[in-house]
This record gives sequence, C-alpha cells and structure tokens, in this order.
Amino acid sequence: MSHVLHKVTNYMTIFWWLAGLTVVEVGYSSLLPHEHKAALILGLVGFATIKASLVALYFMHLRFERKSLGIIVTSTLILGCILVGVGIAEHLLPRP
Amino acid sequence: MEARAAVLVHERFDEETSTGIPHDKMGMWVFLCSEVMFFTGLIGSYIVLRFASPFWPQPSTVLNVPLTAVNTFILICSSVTMVQALAGIRAGNPAKMKLFLSLTLLFGAIFLSIQGVEYWKLLHEHTRHYPHGFNPHASLFGSVFFTTTGFHGFHVFCGVVCIAFVTGKALLGKYTQASHQGIETIGLYWHFVDLVWIVLFTIIYLI
Repeated sequence: MSHVLHKVTNYMTIFWWLAGLTVVEVGYSSLLPHEHKAALILGLVGFATIKASLVALYFMHLRFERKSLGIIVTSTLILGCILVGVGIAEHLLPRP
Repeated sequence: MEARAAVLVHERFDEETSTGIPHDKMGMWVFLCSEVMFFTGLIGSYIVLRFASPFWPQPSTVLNVPLTAVNTFILICSSVTMVQALAGIRAGNPAKMKLFLSLTLLFGAIFLSIQGVEYWKLLHEHTRHYPHGFNPHASLFGSVFFTTTGFHGFHVFCGVVCIAFVTGKALLGKYTQASHQGIETIGLYWHFVDLVWIVLFTIIYLI
C-alpha cells in the first residue's frame, strides 16, 4: 500500500472565484460594445481559461498529481489547440 | 481545519501500480483526454463555421444569456459539492459525503431541467430572426448550437446517472475512508463536464 501526500485546497475560495469570474464575464460581454470584437474575444477567452484552469488544477487535483499525468493532459491540450488553430488559420491566411 | 489551504492529507492506494496512479483513475484520465479531442472537434467546427458564415446573429439576441448564466452557476455549485463529497470521505466523514453527493445529484438534475426549458423556449418562441422558432433546421447557428450543447447535455445526463449510482452505493455504506475510488473517478468526469461547459458558455453564448 502506498501513500500520496497532497494539500487540501480551500474549495470554497475556488468556488467564489469561479462564481465571481462568471459574473465578470457576463458583465464584460454585455457592457463592452460588440464592435470591439478583438477585445471581447481576448477578454472572454482569458476569463474562460482562468476558470477552466481553476477547475482542472484544484477540483480535479491536477496540481497535486504526478508529472506523468500532467504531461498526458498537456499533450492532449496542445493537440486540441493545433486542431482549432489550423481551422482558424485556414480562414485568416490569404488564399493562393 | 479541513478547508484550510495548507493541510496535508493521505490518499491511500489499495494496490501498487506501475504508474503510481490507480488503474481506474488512470483509465478515466485517458478517457477524458479522448473527450477533450471530441469537444475540441465540436468547438473547432463552431469557430470555423462562424468565421466562414456571412450571416451570424449576435448570440445574446437569440439565446437566453441570463438563464444560462444561472445554469452555469448551478453547474459550478455541483462541482464544489462533488469535491466536498470526496473531501468528506477522505476525512472519514461519510455523512458529509452522502449529503454532498445528494446535492451534486440535485444540481445536475436542475441543470438538465433548465436546459430542457431553454430548448423548449427556443424551439417554440417566434423571434424576428427566427419566425418559425430557433431549431437545428433554422440556420447554421441553430445546427451547431443544438449539436454542441446537446452533446454536452448528454454527457451531463450520463454523469447524473453515474452519480445516482454512486450515491446509492454511498447510502448503502459501500465507501470507506480507505476505499472510495469510485467517488474520485466519477468526480473527475463531473468536473470535466463542468470545465467543458465553462468553455461552451463563453464561446457560444457570450462571444
């Protein structure tokens, strides 16, 4: 039988961060004029990334897991970013 | 105090594994990685179609953003109750585990109910953009909206069924401080479903 040591997180602090960021996100989206598309997308994607990272790191305990598991998850995320990035690039890059 | 940030706890494995991670937990992580690629495909398709489409309505003019924001909050609450259930059994407090598992089940069911109400309203309400109701046939936006949120809803439904099973086992006293891997495994799936919704809510409803 083996033992793994890791920290107990203050889950309620994470919860309030997630709830607060959701309110900020909705406010940001409704208050910012939709002509400022780049600022809107960058801001909202930034908020969503922070929230998703909080869930993965603290609720899924990824922060306290072994490095090998982190490598598996990170490689999947990189592949996912490539998949979306190639799709977006097809529309952004000039056609021959 | 359990809720403090710097307290150390022991997680015990009943069996040694070559990776140092219990097999069912490792299996769930590998499954979740495949799910990442599945949802990336859906989200990527949404982004590409939106870029390519000459007409795409502002989502807030079609979708009920305040109602979905409440639903997002409910799903976040369910993630907290799930992780508190795990913390409860790890601390040797089965009563806390049972309470929080039941709350997670309740929040999951509420999320699905609200999504059902949202779908019903979208399908039956007549708006300026969609005089015959907003449905998968109405437009490209309708098609990708119902496909993406529908697949996520199906994942939530599967999670609710699994949590109902785990809660039943918990109520029968099948989990102990030394043996509770089932709760952690289904918890990972549930948090993933929450994580995906956080991304979908931003991309589909807010941008």
